[in-house]
Amino acid sequence: MSNSLDSYLILSGLLFAIGIFGFLARRNAISMLMSIELMVNAVNLTILAFGAFVEPLRVHSAVIALLVIAVAAAEATVGLAIVIAIYRNKKTPLVDEYDSMRE
Amino acid sequence: MPIGDSIPLVGIRWDDILFVLFAATLLVSAMMVVTLRDIIRCGLALIVSLASLASIYALLGDPIVAAAQVLVYIGAISVLILFAIMMTQTKNAPTRLVFQTQSWFAAVGAIVVAVLIVATVLATTWTVAGSRLLTATSDVAHLLFKDYVLPFEVVSVLLTASVVGAVYLARRPDRSGEDRP
Repeated sequence: MSNSLDSYLILSGLLFAIGIFGFLARRNAISMLMSIELMVNAVNLTILAFGAFVEPLRVHSAVIALLVIAVAAAEATVGLAIVIAIYRNKKTPLVDEYDSMRE
Repeated sequence: MPIGDSIPLVGIRWDDILFVLFAATLLVSAMMVVTLRDIIRCGLALIVSLASLASIYALLGDPIVAAAQVLVYIGAISVLILFAIMMTQTKNAPTRLVFQTQSWFAAVGAIVVAVLIVATVLATTWTVAGSRLLTATSDVAHLLFKDYVLPFEVVSVLLTASVVGAVYLARRPDRSGEDRP
């Protein structure tokens, strides 16, 4: 089971679907950011799974995964800073209460 | 005394046992991240899921990526998320509604995506090697600092810019009122 590409791809697909559900369903902005982290990690798992089973992609997949981890770190930093800045003005972390542009 | 490739009497390989264990931990803790009511517990479950994902990376034969996952995700991003949770918590937050009012549509959409991905993976015949290939760390270093040196530098500039931007955004505004973010 650990020697077939299918099991890793199915695992990352399920993880991506869980991330989609969390991003669409949660009300808290930080929960949505955590779901985005889950989805980025699912994509990273796909990259590494293909790299581990396809010979020409073997080393390239590790390098690309490292770059993806660094970009995800930058994304999380900016996202959390934006959430904190909005919280300072609105006094709530819930995204459905950010409706001041609707009126 | 070295242990064998598989369990002596039952004949199940150690790799398979570890994969099932880490995959189950990953899926259960990821479900806890998106469903638990207390958001601090969501953050702690996120740490568990990232750790089991690092174990799966090690199982896949990428030790350097597993180490980077532990350092960057568990060491830095989780701590950042926990700090942000603590700064944006209100007293009555856990008693309030956790999900949006239309979260059933989100659940249906996520299930549709999962079914599509699983069906596509099972229906495709991949022309791949039969077993996992180990990635040597020295190969990764050579490739990263030879062919991928431009993306490496771009990522370093991106990280610097994002840290400066985050500090500017999250800073407490000045009392004097000028250059307020």
